Amino acid sequence: MEDMNVADVVGDYREVRINYYDGSSRTVLVTDIETPIPDGRLIVSRTDPAGIITHVNDSFVDMSGFEHQELIGAPHYILRHPDMPAAAFEDLWQTLVVEGKKWHGYVKNLRKDGGYYWVYATVIANIRNNEVVGFTSVRRKPSRKKVVEAEVLYRTLV
Amino acid sequence: MTYHFTVSPDFNPSYLSGWFIFNTWLQRQTGEAFHLELYNDFESQRQAIAEDKVDLIYANSYDASVLVRDKGFMPVACPAGKSDEAVIVLPQDSPIQSVEALPPGLRISSTNDPDVNMMCMIMLEPADLNRDNTTSKTCDTYILVAKDLIQGHADAGFFLQETFDKLSKVVKSQLRPLVRSQIQVIHHVLLLGPSLLQMHQELQRALIAMNDSPAGQSLLESLNFSAWESVEPEDTEFMIDLMDTLET
Repeated sequence: MEDMNVADVVGDYREVRINYYDGSSRTVLVTDIETPIPDGRLIVSRTDPAGIITHVNDSFVDMSGFEHQELIGAPHYILRHPDMPAAAFEDLWQTLVVEGKKWHGYVKNLRKDGGYYWVYATVIANIRNNEVVGFTSVRRKPSRKKVVEAEVLYRTLV
Repeated sequence: MTYHFTVSPDFNPSYLSGWFIFNTWLQRQTGEAFHLELYNDFESQRQAIAEDKVDLIYANSYDASVLVRDKGFMPVACPAGKSDEAVIVLPQDSPIQSVEALPPGLRISSTNDPDVNMMCMIMLEPADLNRDNTTSKTCDTYILVAKDLIQGHADAGFFLQETFDKLSKVVKSQLRPLVRSQIQVIHHVLLLGPSLLQMHQELQRALIAMNDSPAGQSLLESLNFSAWESVEPEDTEFMIDLMDTLET
């Protein structure tokens, strides 16, 4: 994936190099600007088994700051924020793929403009004829209390 | 043989006659006898489904999941550009102005419309509210939910957005929507039961073509639809996955 573009970023930023599970890496530009999810918004996406985005709803597009066509075909980790510990995604993989169960967790997502938004995410595997054909994820607005708890926990894991 | 057609009990009563007209259209199109049975509540409809007394149904997404997975129903079509959204409503004079201000102990009035209840409970999460720190009363109809709010028997009510928006001006003037869902991908769907699968293609074609004639357009109007659009099995599988994802 390409590095983030300075022209897309709003506000003061810091540069962080992120290494992804598939061996790729990129430089992301991160600001301290939070865009909370508006009440009532549910963010929906679907990926193929390799984590490539195949479907997003309008709420996903709006919150991510990307255009619809930029998201379709991109790896879902386009949203990965460097403050998220790798352990959280290892837990997701273990729960979802190895154990075949639904995964829940609080996630700090990265926006195209370098800002972030917190979500409570749920992910399930889409199974057809005993085969995983993709993953569906729904993200919703978490309570402030849960965000604070997650921030404290994740600082100890990064 | 007479087949049984039913409509999810959360349909708006303003369109009751539209469904009877649709039933007549259905019989003309297919050459088969259909009886439209409307149930007063979800429980009695589910009982009929469990007893295999339903052959064709316009179902909400939650019931569609059960019908497709457990009963072998097949999706045919859904209303074009129409998604099911939920709304949390307060009495007009409630001091609450935001979701986060809703307190534990909140008294909720709702119907047993499962997808609406699920979406509304999700919308309460930013206030750290859940089934354990709220109380719930289940009403048979949305009108009764509105009545609970107006009479002070509930602090918040859960509504299907379309139904809330169609309440009378007098009723709505005493209520205030606090938050509306924006999920965009959940919708009602017309499903054929196993006894009617042979007419799937014919019915799907006829529904899609409904918008092509003035009579068809008039029928669509009586249902408050702009058109039907086809739904493929994978579309419904996606919606079922989504409902699974939403259930906590």
